[in-house]
This record gives sequence, C-alpha cells and structure tokens, in this order.
Amino acid sequence: MSLHSLQTLAYDVERIRQDFPILAVQPHGKPLAYLDNAATTQKPRCVLDAMMHYYTHLHSNVHRGVHYLSEQATAAYEHARDIVASFIGARRREEIIFTRGTTESINLVAASWGGAFLRPGDEILLTVFEHHSNIVPWQLVAQRTGAQIRVVPLEPDGSFFVERALEAITEQTRIVALAHVSNVLGIVVPVAPIIEHAHRVGAVVLLDGAQAVAHMDVDVAELDCDFYAFSSHKVYGPTGIGVLYGKAELLERMPPYQGGGDMIRRVTFEHTTYNDLPYKFEAGTPPIAEAVGLGRALEYVDSIGRAAIAAWEEQLVASCIEQLVQIDGVQLLGPERGRAAVVAFSVEGVHPHDIATFLDREGIAIRAGHHCAQPLMDFFGIPASSRISVAMYSTEEEIERAATALRKCITVFRF
Amino acid sequence: MELSDELRQLYQEVILDHHRAPRNYGTLEPHTHQAEGYNPLCGDQIELFLRVNDAGIIEDARFTGQGCAISRASASLMTEALKGKSIEEAHTIFERFHHAVTSDPTAPIDADRLGKLVVLLGVREFPTRIKCATLPWHTLEQALAGGGTTTTE
Repeated sequence: MSLHSLQTLAYDVERIRQDFPILAVQPHGKPLAYLDNAATTQKPRCVLDAMMHYYTHLHSNVHRGVHYLSEQATAAYEHARDIVASFIGARRREEIIFTRGTTESINLVAASWGGAFLRPGDEILLTVFEHHSNIVPWQLVAQRTGAQIRVVPLEPDGSFFVERALEAITEQTRIVALAHVSNVLGIVVPVAPIIEHAHRVGAVVLLDGAQAVAHMDVDVAELDCDFYAFSSHKVYGPTGIGVLYGKAELLERMPPYQGGGDMIRRVTFEHTTYNDLPYKFEAGTPPIAEAVGLGRALEYVDSIGRAAIAAWEEQLVASCIEQLVQIDGVQLLGPERGRAAVVAFSVEGVHPHDIATFLDREGIAIRAGHHCAQPLMDFFGIPASSRISVAMYSTEEEIERAATALRKCITVFRF
Repeated sequence: MELSDELRQLYQEVILDHHRAPRNYGTLEPHTHQAEGYNPLCGDQIELFLRVNDAGIIEDARFTGQGCAISRASASLMTEALKGKSIEEAHTIFERFHHAVTSDPTAPIDADRLGKLVVLLGVREFPTRIKCATLPWHTLEQALAGGGTTTTE
C-alpha cells in the first residue's frame, strides 16, 4: 500500500468534523454540505476558544503599555507571528507582516514597493487567471508610475503552460505577481521555474497564496519568492487578518504603506523616523485577537498534518471531477489533474445562480459567480461559473450529494 | 430527490418555459429606446429594445443577453406585458411589479392586477435572487429615461 493511501486510511474525518461546531447547522432543514471553502473556511472550536480566552484574560493594546495586560497581549500577538513564520518557513520573524488579508498584502506591495521602484516602461507581469485583488492594485500603481501590465495567457483549451510565463519575462519585467493556486482553475502553478527566471532578469516575484496555504505545504525560503500573501480566514482562522511575507532586504528598502502609531520611532512635525520591521508596516492597533486566532488555526492545521489534509483533499477533488465530467453538459474549467481543492465548472443551458439556489435548498453550499476573476470568465466566454471547493472536513458523501443534486437540477432546467 | 415547495414556487413551469424558450428574444431594428442592464454580482447582462410609436404606444419590445432562469423569464414576461401599452402604463406596470416583488413573502398578492407576472413572485422567498427578477425592469426604466447602462448590486 502506498504512503498516500495509508495517510487517507488513517484520516479520521468524523473526528475532525466534531471540531467544527458550525457543521451542525441545518440549512432549510437539510444537513449542511459546506463546499464553498475557497471563499472562506469554517473555524475549529479551538480557534474560537483561543480568541475568547484572549479577550477574557489577556486583552490590552500591544507594544506600548508597561502594565501586565499589555505585556500579555503583546506576547500573545508576537507569539502568533512566530507561529506564522514557522508555518510558511520564513527565516526571520520580522519578515511576517500582519495585514487585513491577502488583498491588503498585495496592495501594500503594489503601493509601497511599486510606488518606490517602478518606472515608466517597466513591466508588471500577471496571468489571465489572477483574482481581481492581484490585478487592480497593479493597475492603480501602473497608472501612477507609468509601468505597463503584461498578461500571461492560457492555451486555447484553458491549460497553463509555464513556458508562456517564462517567455513573457523580459529585461523590462520588474515584478511577476501570480497566484500560487488559481481560485477558479484549481491548478497548482509550477512557480519554481518562474521565480528562477524572474530572478535572472532582476525581477521580484509575489505569490498570491490565498488558495494555497490551507491545502499544501508552503515554504517561502525554499520557494525563494520575494513576497507571499495569504488570508487567515481561508486557512481556518478568523476574518480581518492576513499575512504578507517579504524578504527582509526588500522590506527594509520599501517606504511605509500607512502612517500612524506603532510604525514610528520618533515623530516631529519636521521629520519622522520609522520603526524597525515588521512594525514599519503595521500602523495603528493591529487585529490582536485575530492574530491569536490565526496562530491557533495554523497549529490546528499542523496537528492534523498538511500532507494528510492534502492527500484527503486530493482524493475528494479527483472523485468530484470524476463525477462531474460524467454529467452531460458539464464543462470543467481547467485541467483534470494537478489541482488543489477547487473545482469550477459551467453547465450548458443552466445558469450558475440557478444551480447554486437549487443546491442551497438541499443544504449544499457552493459558489456561483465570476469568482472575482472576470478576465478569466471572459477568456472562457462565460459570464459566470459554479465552484465546488473542499476543505479538511469535507467528505465523499458531500461530493456525492452535490453531484446528485446537480444532475437533478440539470434535468429540471433542461426539459 | 423531491423539489422543496419554495423551489417549486420559484421555478414554476411557466418560468422554466420562458427560460427555455424566451419570447421576444433578439435585437429590434429600428428601435426608439434601448438600454443595457448589468448585475455585477452574477455577471447577468441584458440589452432591451423598444419601438414606441408617435402615439406613445410600445409597438414592440425585445431583449438579448445572458442570465439565469429568473432574469431571462422576467425579461421574457416583461416584453410580453409591455407590447401595446403606453409609456405611462409601462411605468405603472413597473411600479406594481417592483412593489410586489420586493414585498414581504407573506404579503398578499394582487394577482388580478399583476396578471402573468405573478409567477415571478416566488422569488420573494429568495432574497439573494430578487435582483435577478428586477434587472430587466430597471433596464426598462433606464431605456424609457433615455438609455445607457444600469447596474443592480
């Protein structure tokens, strides 16, 4: 028996489900099948408890008070940073900046790094499957600096050839910003050759890891990416907090993103000196309880084991695809293999919103819409699509329920 | 798997029929009024054409676009309801429909005054889908007001 099947054999999904109180909710009187995990994941009880414990016993403002609670709160907040650093393999804790989420992390890099270092004629390289949050911040900074945006295309059949990205990296490329895992195609992008090639021409690389960190092992030092962005709420943590990893030597050279308390060393009306990393990029009171929750969430993920979760989810995704492609009129977006936890599809003659409403009444939560990736929808020539996305607590039974409901839905809408 | 009562209300046979075979689907040349409607939430998009004669009567109404069953059926039923009506009457139908579809699901329905449009009221049980039903109607108001693009969010 392979290691892979041993891992899934030992995987106790029922025990994991017990850790997530919300899974007991019964929408419209039906058992919940929560298959919208790419939008946000649910929270294990230990995360809720950690946040409650923080507010009940430790809360104060961080980095300023000399009193007991301020020390407690600061220690809890900074401990969360250590957990994050170790979770994604950052060499130094000050390379971890807490933000509001992936979106703010990317905006920080675009505004600060882009604003300082982009010049007219420089190129920002994106892919056609980027989320809007990895498109619009670059458009804003391109308008300000005169830099140009270039886009790596997909093949006509929707597959991604890494060669297309390598070809698009030129002497003018200053930054390559791309998803580590596509939130629609589900593909795990082969980023290693892209990062290597970008570095050869002196460009930096930002990875949007929003869809990656909950589903695979991520080691930023090994990847050698320059920036890595992700959101807490997509990896079982609370909303309102995210992470930007940046190489210290880059972050040191970047100007602050926002001004305020905590990010300064000395303020006069004539001149202000900034605090050291990471505080230079954390203006104002940070989301402290959320950081505590995120730290606990990452510990929880590691207690289950990322390899075990990945193997479990891989099996579910394979089964989901196998069932979907057998349904007449279902068109899978993206390849059948090489995916993380996302399966998007369109159905000929049936609109995604009708599908999502239909499934919702069965207690099945899926996403319908453009998934904040309108350029990609345009590429496929569809206004929207449906998306099933799994997490560590998803089950084969839930996938089967979704497939059954989808078949029924199609027969209702088509004659 | 049986359909729930709410789903059956939402997707009545008449709606599914108008979804599968929309009436008055296509462009209209010449036309006197035109507008585009767009729902950024779901990407639904509709283009509406009207031909109003000198007496102010809507002689013809057609639509194109892509959307869910609700928005398509709503557009289809709307164009049927508009033909032969004056602009004044079109406004009145809009008001009546809009009021009914955004009312509480338990509010009584004046079926006589709404006519065939009554089949669209199942959407009241589905707050996230009401905009699907109203998109064609907001596009109508836009067209009558002189055209352009309207968005519902």
